[in-house]
Amino acid sequence: MTYATGHHTVSAGAAIAEFVNTSKRYGEVLAADRLNLRIEKGEFLSFLGPSGCGKTTALRMLAGFETPTEGTILIDGRELAAEPAYRRPVNMVFQHYALFPHMTVAENVAYGLRQRRPKMAKAEIATRVAKALDTVRLGEFGPRRIWQMSGGQQQRVALARAIVNEPKILLLDEPMAALDAKLRAEMQMELLSLQRSLGITFILVTHDQQEALSMSDRICIMGKGRIMQIGTPRELYDLPANRYVADFVGRANILPARVRTASEGRAQVELSGGLAVEVTAPFVPTPGAAVEVAVRPEALRLALAPEPGVPALAATVTHMTFFGEHIEYLLAHPVLGAVQVMLPRQAERALPGAGVGARLHILWDPGSGLVLGQD
Amino acid sequence: MAISQRAARALLLGPAGLWYAGLLVLPLVVVLVYSFGERGAAGGYAPAFTFAQYANLGARWTAFQNTLLLAPAGTLAALLIAYPLAYFLAVRVRERWRTLLLVLVIVPFWTSILIRSYAWIFLLGGRGIPHLLAELGMGDIRLINTPFAVLVGIVYGYLPLMVFPIYVSLEKLDKRLLEAAGDLGAPPWRSFLQITLPLSLPGVATGSMLVFILLMGEYLIPQMLGGGKVFFVGNALVDLFLQSRNWAFGSAMSVTLVAVMLVTVTLYMRFLKRIGAARDDVGLM
Repeated sequence: MTYATGHHTVSAGAAIAEFVNTSKRYGEVLAADRLNLRIEKGEFLSFLGPSGCGKTTALRMLAGFETPTEGTILIDGRELAAEPAYRRPVNMVFQHYALFPHMTVAENVAYGLRQRRPKMAKAEIATRVAKALDTVRLGEFGPRRIWQMSGGQQQRVALARAIVNEPKILLLDEPMAALDAKLRAEMQMELLSLQRSLGITFILVTHDQQEALSMSDRICIMGKGRIMQIGTPRELYDLPANRYVADFVGRANILPARVRTASEGRAQVELSGGLAVEVTAPFVPTPGAAVEVAVRPEALRLALAPEPGVPALAATVTHMTFFGEHIEYLLAHPVLGAVQVMLPRQAERALPGAGVGARLHILWDPGSGLVLGQD
Repeated sequence: MAISQRAARALLLGPAGLWYAGLLVLPLVVVLVYSFGERGAAGGYAPAFTFAQYANLGARWTAFQNTLLLAPAGTLAALLIAYPLAYFLAVRVRERWRTLLLVLVIVPFWTSILIRSYAWIFLLGGRGIPHLLAELGMGDIRLINTPFAVLVGIVYGYLPLMVFPIYVSLEKLDKRLLEAAGDLGAPPWRSFLQITLPLSLPGVATGSMLVFILLMGEYLIPQMLGGGKVFFVGNALVDLFLQSRNWAFGSAMSVTLVAVMLVTVTLYMRFLKRIGAARDDVGLM
């Protein structure tokens, strides 16, 4: 079986790594709580979440820096939970690169190959190092010292030092956190094309949702040590399973509601304040149940007057923020409170004179928003 | 009121400059001049220009021999004892115990070296350790007034000076580098040899220099634990200036000691620089 993702096709069924009920406890703190996750061969998977969510712990258990307290980890079919880092077929790009300051660029890259037993021939090491440096476009920089390299270059050295070993999995621990925005975007593109050409499984840890959304085949959203949802970037954005995911990935208005009727895929709900709207339902909620409904700011529309047949909320504009290609409105509704609406620039023209203080109608097209499950 | 750059520099460097000029440079010049002179008729110094004193250095060869043997040996022994200790303190000990243990390393310094050396005289003397060994049937072993006694004394006295610089360099070592080495396939002992050791060489260099330079001029410990049998250049100098009152010869010996020290230290720094592939951004001292 294969499934298509935003970027390319990954053949399912060939797990390169697997968390099986893996937990990590530090004293009283449960840093990772019964993780169950299959990582497919060749995919680009991201662990996304705020600091302290357990994403780094998950990565460090894969690398072998932490031992699970319960459960286990399989890499390429072998149980490796107790195997030390230096005997695992994975390599890591560290957050602050952790390059060896007393070695040249080439010596840094050669380090992993030099550890091989039986020893690898010097000429073979030199060839592979040169090739790895070429891959990251640092072909000329081999004899340089680490401190002579810029942040972006050091990042590439760290990358070359890892990929030269041809690991089964490349682990990336917030590798772009220290780069400025422009360099980060460049590096993201390079990482992606590198992953496609090498065919190595990449596992990225990040707290930057844009980074995770734009690069990953699948994203694993983490919170409180648990996996909150796993899915393609589109699945997570369009069908967040719970409030935590809806809140963390992109922005969402989260509104209390009561289910009126529900069928496969759709539900009629009544928002607090009495407005009935039709929303997407990833599962069939119980009629009468109190639920939360999430709706993306860009899924809502604004108008001076209500449109026939479209449910609308009357609200007052309290803030307007100009972002160039789009405009963000913050409106106050007497019952629901603050509601965010994002309009493309041209939609603003349909609202002459609708500045702060204006009374507008928030239009809720059928199928916008969805019913959230429990965290 | 604004102070000009020049005035500020003079104020900053003035006190130290005067201190060094009056108490280091000037005396050194005096010693250098004296070393080409002669012994006065009633001792002291008589002006002359002769290399006779330098030609006569061989008469005090034993002092040089002892110094040049025991100072490096003492430095090496201190290094071999201090490194594992510093490593333990910087890497293995839990944070909350660290300060206490570091204080324990300095505690002996709170007592005068003179008193501690007296303690060693007793320990190494006939009624101390040798007596204990004899009781255990190890035969008649003499420790006091041997090179071994002097070695024990100097290592004991100077150990903290070796521990601290090494501790500092190990403590500031980025532990993530060791994770990186492990991740790249290096077992712990290899990452120690390839990462920890080279990166702590600046501390090793500083510690060795401190201990070695002080040992080259050591006087007290050979005096007390060597009992006049194992003496350093320092002891010979005291004898020449205060007993024999041959200031010219003493000066020649001093100048030679300084020269030997400069050469040894330079060679040692070069050696460390080579094996450590020393970085330009982190000076060794």
